[in-house]
Amino acid sequence: MTAFPHSADRAPAPVRAEALEALLTERGLVNAAAIDGLINRFVNDVGPMNGAQVVAKAWVDPEYRERLLTDGTAAVGELGFSGPQGEHIVVVENDDTTHNVVVCTLCSCYPWPLLGLPPNWYKDPAYRARIVREPRVLLSEMGLDLGDDVDITVRDSSAENRYFVLPKRPDGTEDMSEEELAGLVTREAMVGVARVSAP
Amino acid sequence: MDGIHDMGGMHGWGTVVIDPDEQVFSTEWHGKAFALGAMAGGLSGTNLDAFRHSLERLHPLDYLGDGYYGRWLACAELLLVDSGVLPPGAVDARAQNILGNETEEPDDVELNKPDYERGGAGSLREIDAEPRFAVGDAVRVKDMHVRGHTRMPAYIRGRAGVVTAHRPAAVLPDATAHFTGEEPQHVYTVSFESTELWGPDAERATNNVDCFESYLEARS
Repeated sequence: MTAFPHSADRAPAPVRAEALEALLTERGLVNAAAIDGLINRFVNDVGPMNGAQVVAKAWVDPEYRERLLTDGTAAVGELGFSGPQGEHIVVVENDDTTHNVVVCTLCSCYPWPLLGLPPNWYKDPAYRARIVREPRVLLSEMGLDLGDDVDITVRDSSAENRYFVLPKRPDGTEDMSEEELAGLVTREAMVGVARVSAP
Repeated sequence: MDGIHDMGGMHGWGTVVIDPDEQVFSTEWHGKAFALGAMAGGLSGTNLDAFRHSLERLHPLDYLGDGYYGRWLACAELLLVDSGVLPPGAVDARAQNILGNETEEPDDVELNKPDYERGGAGSLREIDAEPRFAVGDAVRVKDMHVRGHTRMPAYIRGRAGVVTAHRPAAVLPDATAHFTGEEPQHVYTVSFESTELWGPDAERATNNVDCFESYLEARS
């Protein structure tokens, strides 16, 4: 194994990123178009709007909801969502008395095809450390107060299964279209640190 | 390995704040670090598990110091140097030259990519072995102390739980990360009562953790 120098003795990270890109570009191993393509894909094309589409469809189509809960990978594939960090998608449903919340304590595994890259709060050591040990307290600090009658299940993404939360459809949204419903669904609700509210 | 990455249950980190206006990449180099990190596995001839293990190999201060994308950047460099794609010290020397401190850059070294066979793309595998456990089985996580890569978080070590789901078989990260083979295994979701993990005063909750078959033993 390579001995690795400590960053205290090294140039700042932005400069090292520039240096690494230059060294690989000179060797013909990467190019700006490939790097920008990957960045643009995760900035523009893959993000929580994908997962929101899945949730809204499950809310209006009971048969789709059933397929989603039975075989998440196939059901999200029907909408065109697949790829790295989505090899096996498991969908779990939240309601008034059952609450699932997802974490990766060992790194920051996350269902990329449905939610894009993880947000800072999901990668925060405080989240990774505390959600498995004091979920009710931490969720409350994050703005979600769950009553004592709610059973909490914390799901640690320690293997290649990627968990996706199907939140409860809020009351008062009976007249909304699938597209309007998708607009209500937040990333936080699909990880289980929030509920979806009616507008 | 028992390292800074294994954060489940640690005290002392403070609270968590959600920023609703957060950008995917809050600064330009984060995007570059992500892209270079994502490409590093292929360029170095390694794999996803080796990438995750490279995160664990960082000095704890480096693991934390430049945040998530700082880790990706450091790991891209680590895997590329491991494989001889870049010589040791190349990034540091180039960075100093970019900063205007004239520095001699090291010569290229011989390629040293890992020599191993993959059984297919991705991590999931079809296997013939019968699953050792079934839903409802009482199990205990083995008292394993792994020096290298493992996906057994320390907070479940030695703890008693119940199998609640049988998941698709997957390559064993403990082997794949070190290029010794794939050793694909059944994977189970195991449920633990919070009091089993965190003591009698724990909050009422259930902790579900995905475990490779070799992490588990039957419990009567």
